Amino acid sequence: MSDDTKQAYWRANLRLLAWCLSIWFVVSYGFGILLVEQLNQIKIGGFMLGFWFAQQGSIYVFLLLIFFYSWRMNQLDRQYNVHED
Amino acid sequence: MDLKTLTYIVVGASFLLYIGIAIWAKARSTNDFYVAGGGVHPVANGMATAADWMSAASFISMAGLIAFLGYGGSVYLMGWTGGYVLLALLLAPYLRKFGKFTVPEFIGERYYSQTARLVAVVCLIFISFTYVAGQMRGVGIVFSRFLEVDIITGLLIGMGVVFFYAVLGGMKGITYTQVAQYCVLIFAYTVPAVFIAIEVTGVALPQIALGSEVVDGSGYLLDKLDKVVTDLGFTAYTQGTKSTIDMFAITVALMVGTAGLPHVIVRFFTVPKVRDARKSAGWALLFITLLYTTAPAVGALARLNLIDTVNGADGQGTAYTSMPSWFQTWENSGLIAWYDHNGDGKVQYAAGKPMEGKPKFEGETRGTHGERVVTNPSKGEAVNGAPFANELHVDRDIMVLANPEIANLPMWVIALIAAGGIAAALSTAAGLLLVISASISHDIVKGMLRPNISERNELMVGRISAAFAILIAGYLGANPPAFVAQVVAFAFGLAASSLFPVILMGIFNKRMNREGAISGMLVGLVFTIGYILYFKGVFITPMAANIPENWLFGISPEGIGFIGMLLNFLVAFVVSKVTSAPPEHIQHLVEDIRVPKAS
Repeated sequence: MSDDTKQAYWRANLRLLAWCLSIWFVVSYGFGILLVEQLNQIKIGGFMLGFWFAQQGSIYVFLLLIFFYSWRMNQLDRQYNVHED
Repeated sequence: MDLKTLTYIVVGASFLLYIGIAIWAKARSTNDFYVAGGGVHPVANGMATAADWMSAASFISMAGLIAFLGYGGSVYLMGWTGGYVLLALLLAPYLRKFGKFTVPEFIGERYYSQTARLVAVVCLIFISFTYVAGQMRGVGIVFSRFLEVDIITGLLIGMGVVFFYAVLGGMKGITYTQVAQYCVLIFAYTVPAVFIAIEVTGVALPQIALGSEVVDGSGYLLDKLDKVVTDLGFTAYTQGTKSTIDMFAITVALMVGTAGLPHVIVRFFTVPKVRDARKSAGWALLFITLLYTTAPAVGALARLNLIDTVNGADGQGTAYTSMPSWFQTWENSGLIAWYDHNGDGKVQYAAGKPMEGKPKFEGETRGTHGERVVTNPSKGEAVNGAPFANELHVDRDIMVLANPEIANLPMWVIALIAAGGIAAALSTAAGLLLVISASISHDIVKGMLRPNISERNELMVGRISAAFAILIAGYLGANPPAFVAQVVAFAFGLAASSLFPVILMGIFNKRMNREGAISGMLVGLVFTIGYILYFKGVFITPMAANIPENWLFGISPEGIGFIGMLLNFLVAFVVSKVTSAPPEHIQHLVEDIRVPKAS
């Protein structure tokens, strides 16, 4: 593989990381901590939304993020032809 | 059959299972011993990682912490799961591609420096022993409470079992035993939670039950809990007592610390491919999520059950003599204590201190109602508008273990909890002991002292150091240093401020060099250790009161790893700018680990 392919692959990876980590930050530090008061004004069933994100929601999003990243990276691996045999 | 016999059978059966697996999965090479031959299926590795990660703290203590902290307990839930996102996205795939045995080995090679490797080994050993001591204490608590043997006997049995499968099987034995231990612990955790959720809300899924209405028609569970606890003078359950900045810093320190813990990272060396490492972290978090999303429900239900049982239907307290039998059993082990401030013979629970500090008992002496006599009562004043003074001390660590009894669940469920608690503690202890022994035999003996050691001898050194590590762990469990609870902050703080930043920069910053990494690690370490010692004084007397007014930016010692991490990044960056770039072959190494394909 050429150095150019490697670099392009790495930049695509970094872009994907930036998106994933922004979501990671927003659901936990954003919704669960910094904006918790505001979100607690919204109630869904017996849950205040901010409290729900802090104790349940953020964890579900973390889980989806990891599987999404893994799936998307496998695609990128093939696209740039840097996958394992 | 009585509870004790049943517990012996359940715990005994689980031990036989672990030993059977160990014999089946005996390690034959250093590759087997350090990384289970590198051939573990990603789902199996996910389960093993989950068991490895979920310690006595997760199983026994976390729901109790949430029960008493309410919203404030969220730092543990987010911190101990969010770290997996960092691990899966930023570290695991690249370290797998690097394809060696230990974390210090990566740091040593990437920064072409034995000094860096040595600093990493020291951090690793300190972090791991801190953790092991806590696990052994967990084993001791479960044994002494449920099997009614003394703590030393319990410890010896636990050490024997771990010795057998860790020394014999190495990483391979540990991995497959951890898969079994995960099954035991998740079953033991969720079954009682489902029972209690149905009892209180009529909804079987604890995750949903937390947001449901209680069956007696008094509204939503969380609303009811908020009202009940504020009436007793506590902060509302869904509101925190921690400041926003401190919540933020603790969550960062726990997340980054999780991603930097060597015994978790090393699990991703055991899968066959880079793509397995990415996926395996997802499986690990899925298995962890099953327990972590159940825990908030367990905490909330336990708090409500405790208040209902103690304060009674009229909310005026229950006579000591008519308390259920679990109350006396836990009182006997010193984890519950009662002082009758108003002399009415009833146990009352509200906000405020029942005693000055931890309860002290006058030996086995019994008072007028048959209770253990407490020698250090507080003044016994009602606080924050509570109807009475608090008379009850409940150790947070008993909430999960006592919960099934408080809720009157069948005996087999209680026996299961004991087996689950032991599984959680043993699986984590074994994983920690393995990284300790691997860094002694591989990083110190082979890497620094005897580079020409044969594989057979290295394997032997690995087994001997695992055996020694078990003995030290057992000693720490039998004589728990008073500071065990405090050093947990250390473990995460150190991992966050030393190991995580250097590994991350080793992958993402090609220009990062030896000088930058070593100075960054040392500054991060010294700052974090210094701050924790200053307020907590582990070996020395604290130099300042551990209160928010004294903290830097309002950040508690638990969260200071956040600042330590930032300092590490900053110093490393500046130093690497003014010193020479790493040699050519190191830059190639970095390029190489960034792509999955072998070049």
